[in-house]
Amino acid sequence: MAGIGDQCIFFTRFFKNIFVGGFEWSEFVRQCYEIGYRSLMLVGITSFIMGAVLILQLRPSLVAFGEESMLPTTLTVSLIREIGPVITALICAGKIASSIGAELGSMKVTEQIDAMEVAGANPVQYLVVTRIIAVTIMVPLLTILGDVIGLTGGFLALNFTDSISAVLYFHKCVASIDFSDFLPAFVKTIFFGFAIGFVGCYKGFNSNRGTESVGIAANSAVVTASLWIFVIDAISVQITSLLFYK
Amino acid sequence: MPSLSRSPVYYFINSMEAVNEHKKQAAKPKEEVVIAIKGLEKSFGAKKVLTDINLEVHRGENVVILGKSGQGKSVTIQCIVGLLVPDGGSLRVFGDEVAEMNDNQLKELRKKIGFLFQSGALFDSMTVRENLEFPLTRVLKMHDQHEIDERINEVLEGVGLLDAIDKLPSDLSGGMRKRIGLARTLIIKPEIMLYDEPTTGLDPITSREISELIISMQKKYKTTSVIITHDMECARITADRVVIMNDGTYIAEGSFLGLHKSTNTIVKEFFKDIS
Repeated sequence: MAGIGDQCIFFTRFFKNIFVGGFEWSEFVRQCYEIGYRSLMLVGITSFIMGAVLILQLRPSLVAFGEESMLPTTLTVSLIREIGPVITALICAGKIASSIGAELGSMKVTEQIDAMEVAGANPVQYLVVTRIIAVTIMVPLLTILGDVIGLTGGFLALNFTDSISAVLYFHKCVASIDFSDFLPAFVKTIFFGFAIGFVGCYKGFNSNRGTESVGIAANSAVVTASLWIFVIDAISVQITSLLFYK
Repeated sequence: MPSLSRSPVYYFINSMEAVNEHKKQAAKPKEEVVIAIKGLEKSFGAKKVLTDINLEVHRGENVVILGKSGQGKSVTIQCIVGLLVPDGGSLRVFGDEVAEMNDNQLKELRKKIGFLFQSGALFDSMTVRENLEFPLTRVLKMHDQHEIDERINEVLEGVGLLDAIDKLPSDLSGGMRKRIGLARTLIIKPEIMLYDEPTTGLDPITSREISELIISMQKKYKTTSVIITHDMECARITADRVVIMNDGTYIAEGSFLGLHKSTNTIVKEFFKDIS
């Protein structure tokens, strides 16, 4: 219960500091670069493999029903609605939440956060607000990019066994999704991003003074953020079903 | 003849002059009290760290707090700067009670207080220049780049590390980190300097250099200093007055030489290796 209370206080401090004083634009841009650009390669490779593997796994089943023409459609719906957002968020939880947790944890251990406070700066505004907002923006963008790369991976994998033109393949992909597929998936990635940033910052900012606590902060940031991703996913699926698939 | 202006000999002569000048200054009558602590208490859970701390620090004075590890020395100066809130007693800085200050008042107070952390606490992701710019742009709200560069060059020259301006903290030695930490603290020209074990983890030569640098910087910026240490050489070089702490309270107070002659068993323990 004390943990939940601390998290509520931390959330209030974060929320209050978004609007208090000047926004740290240069640190925000640096974080967007660190979090977004530096995760591109990892998200890209994973999504590419994921798209290709899904096609290779789906193909035998659909061929058995004589529905191999449905491969692009099946891949697109599963990738856009569920697999793309969740896989990208889990990768980001592993990479970003742990790095934020470890960075802030080590800043706490080496008294850098105290030094910031003594220097008259606001550590929550400088370290927490910038990171949480950067992750909240970057995760949805990485997910969109990951979806596109995943579909490309699927196209190449499909061409190993069958022959389909890029125009036809991507036409089928685009035709198979509509607003109700894209919007809920996009909105939930915003919540995934917020959860990753918030958990990483909370764990790092509240770590203890020993060097051991840096590892603990990084580890527990990944575990907690991953858990939150599944909880948010489960809730969003219920809300989406109620709103779009009655 | 080779120039001595940036050589170690220059810094040594300069710092020795500063030490002598500092001792002369110390002999002058006491000035106004800038830090007044009465009956300060602080506990962490069941552990009582500070029991009854009483201390007055006068303007321009260098007070060294000596004590074994875990006695609450660092807790005392963290209370002075408002990083920790005391459980009882009174702690006034420039006449104002620190525990009663709101965020804005604390921010104003911290503009007048410099805090050198034990590790230097340099921001890892920033270069030396960015570390020094940080308090200027955020605390003093300076935006004129020419003025900022001038201030950075001045303090870096003061600590003898102008060449390190574009280096990252990870590229610096322990002594260099302490010097840059000192430069970052002095750049806002504080009236009070708090040093948390400034020579810990350094070799004897670098420790002496840092101690002498503290004196020469104090002369240059006319600061009041509270120095937490268990390095007797640092205490000997920097102290106008030494306070000895044991079990969360002060047990002895006086000049370094005066305490050297003390018959108190705990005080004698500190001075047993000093000839």
